[in-house]
Amino acid sequence: MKEKVLTEHFGLENLYKIDVYKKQGGYQATEKALKKMKPEEILEEVKKANLRGRGGAGFPAGVKWSFVPDTDKPKYLCVNADEGEPGTFKDRYIMSHNPHMLLEGIIITSFCVGIHAAFIYIRGEYEAIALRLEQAISEAYENGFLGKNILESGFDLDIFVHRGAGAYICGEETALLESLEGKRGVPRLKPPFPASVGLWQCPTVINNVETISNISHIILNGAEWFVKQGLPKDGGTRIFGVSGMVKNPGIYELPLGTSLKDIIFKHAGGMKEGKKLKAVIPGGMSAPILTADEINIKMDFDSLVEANSMLGSAAIIVIDEKTSILDVLKVVTKFYSHESCGQCTPCRIGNSWINKIVKRIAEGKGKKEDIDSILRLASNIEGNTLCPLGDAAAMPILSITKKFRKELESHV
Amino acid sequence: MSPEFSEKTKKKIEEIVARYPQKEAAILPVLHITQQEFGSISAEEEKLVARILGIKPISVREIVTFYTMLSRESLGKYHIQVCSNLSCSLLGAGNFVDYLVEKLGIEPGETTPDKKFTLSTVECLGACERAPCMLINFNYYGEMDPKKVDEILDGLK
Ligand SMILES: Cc1cc2nc3c(=O)[nH]c(=O)nc-3n(C[C@H](O)[C@H](O)[C@H](O)COP(=O)(O)O)c2cc1C
Ligand code: SF4
Ligand code: FES
Repeated sequence: MKEKVLTEHFGLENLYKIDVYKKQGGYQATEKALKKMKPEEILEEVKKANLRGRGGAGFPAGVKWSFVPDTDKPKYLCVNADEGEPGTFKDRYIMSHNPHMLLEGIIITSFCVGIHAAFIYIRGEYEAIALRLEQAISEAYENGFLGKNILESGFDLDIFVHRGAGAYICGEETALLESLEGKRGVPRLKPPFPASVGLWQCPTVINNVETISNISHIILNGAEWFVKQGLPKDGGTRIFGVSGMVKNPGIYELPLGTSLKDIIFKHAGGMKEGKKLKAVIPGGMSAPILTADEINIKMDFDSLVEANSMLGSAAIIVIDEKTSILDVLKVVTKFYSHESCGQCTPCRIGNSWINKIVKRIAEGKGKKEDIDSILRLASNIEGNTLCPLGDAAAMPILSITKKFRKELESHV
Repeated sequence: MSPEFSEKTKKKIEEIVARYPQKEAAILPVLHITQQEFGSISAEEEKLVARILGIKPISVREIVTFYTMLSRESLGKYHIQVCSNLSCSLLGAGNFVDYLVEKLGIEPGETTPDKKFTLSTVECLGACERAPCMLINFNYYGEMDPKKVDEILDGLK
């Protein structure tokens, strides 16, 4: 049986309050994990669940945790709630509807890895949600789920909310660490990876809000059950965020492997009246674009890689026939040229040149060779930068320009 | 007169600083409070924050200029931030900005002479299902059209 896992109780009024959450079985997973399980057992269960990161890259969470070395240094957890990938709004729903589910995940993860301080790095615009999280955190302290000697297990944990201040790059995990340390959000060179050298040079686990929110469900229902909700190599559900030219934009929690066509035409109600499908961005703006005849595809990490795109943040942006692809390219290139941190030349200069060329074409001053210049500049960014933002910019620009070359050429 | 935090705010800042093993890490939370209390983070406020965190004013400036939500200039009483990213553009964010430009008589990046409104266009606000959307200060408004925005703005004192 496939069911809703994360969003099951979202319709309940006041679910964000601890009493209501507990009535739905809330904090039972925490009790089970802290009282009946050893950290190694939790790690084993999460590994077996094949829970892959929901922030973009899809790295298995259990494997990431196992990289944290055994040391006397403090260890930290950073929950990535920066949610800046254009098209993405799922974490907002999780945190505003069910903040305690996230907190439970943080408590269990921290207990498993031996962490005593966790930070939720939330984008600055989500001020109201940051307040809601802080309220939930104080409820959790009052109920003995946070602080010293939680549930008399001898385990201590504090959780803090840290607000960003408007910079897409701070969603990249090492930029997030810099930002949390009080610096400009400029990515670090990897390796070393944050699991060994992270926040204040200490071992640090970084996971997305949705990733961590799955943990209590895995603990309560077991890895086997979790895998059954999705695919063997890609356990659980995904919260797909659908926006753009569809009848019913919103979040849809569905098993991994659900077809993109069904998500758009069954779940999100199909196209807005009178509109025809032209293209879909399947995983947040950084994911390569798919044309209307490429949407018969399963939405999971591996299937999208096979289709030369990516599942990313599972944010689906639906574009209609009447929208000019040049307008899409203009928005995409403006975004990356604005958000490049400037550290690497190919990313800083490349993105700003591409954006200038696209703007020039849009003003009717384009030249024939402009299309090839865009392709050349974007290829020079790909693989030549310090952080993945470079590729995240090059991939959509290349795919849009190649797949819609004819239409772009009609503008020059 | 150089700016000072109230006693109540000072206590709050102390609490925040205590969360981190290094004081400097409190800079974003402290700058959020600063901007809220003084409306902007000019050279005077930079010095104040630098003093509290034991760093140089220039280090504060480096942070303020990196993050788009922090402002060195004072903003209008209501800061209208319209999303200009893809999902909102598909659903008419461009026309919506044009409408606001005409209604307020200012371009994006500007403040009305009476200091009531500042208009900005911003990247994805994480509310794409409510496109086109905007923030006024920290309140979200979605599915915008001219009639709705008239009602909202006319309701602001
Ligand atoms: C430019 C850029 C922006 C990113 N933004 C986010 C974000 O807003 N939220 C997020 O969870 N991950 C984001 N990521 C991915 C993170 O770097 C990291 O992989 C993720 O937080 C790890 O968590 P996960 O394994 O649970 O997905 C971003 C990556 C890049 C390169
Ligand atoms: S790829 Fe771009 S965003 Fe990433 S570090 Fe280099 S310049 Fe900064
Ligand atoms: S595109 Fe406008 S809120 Fe995301």
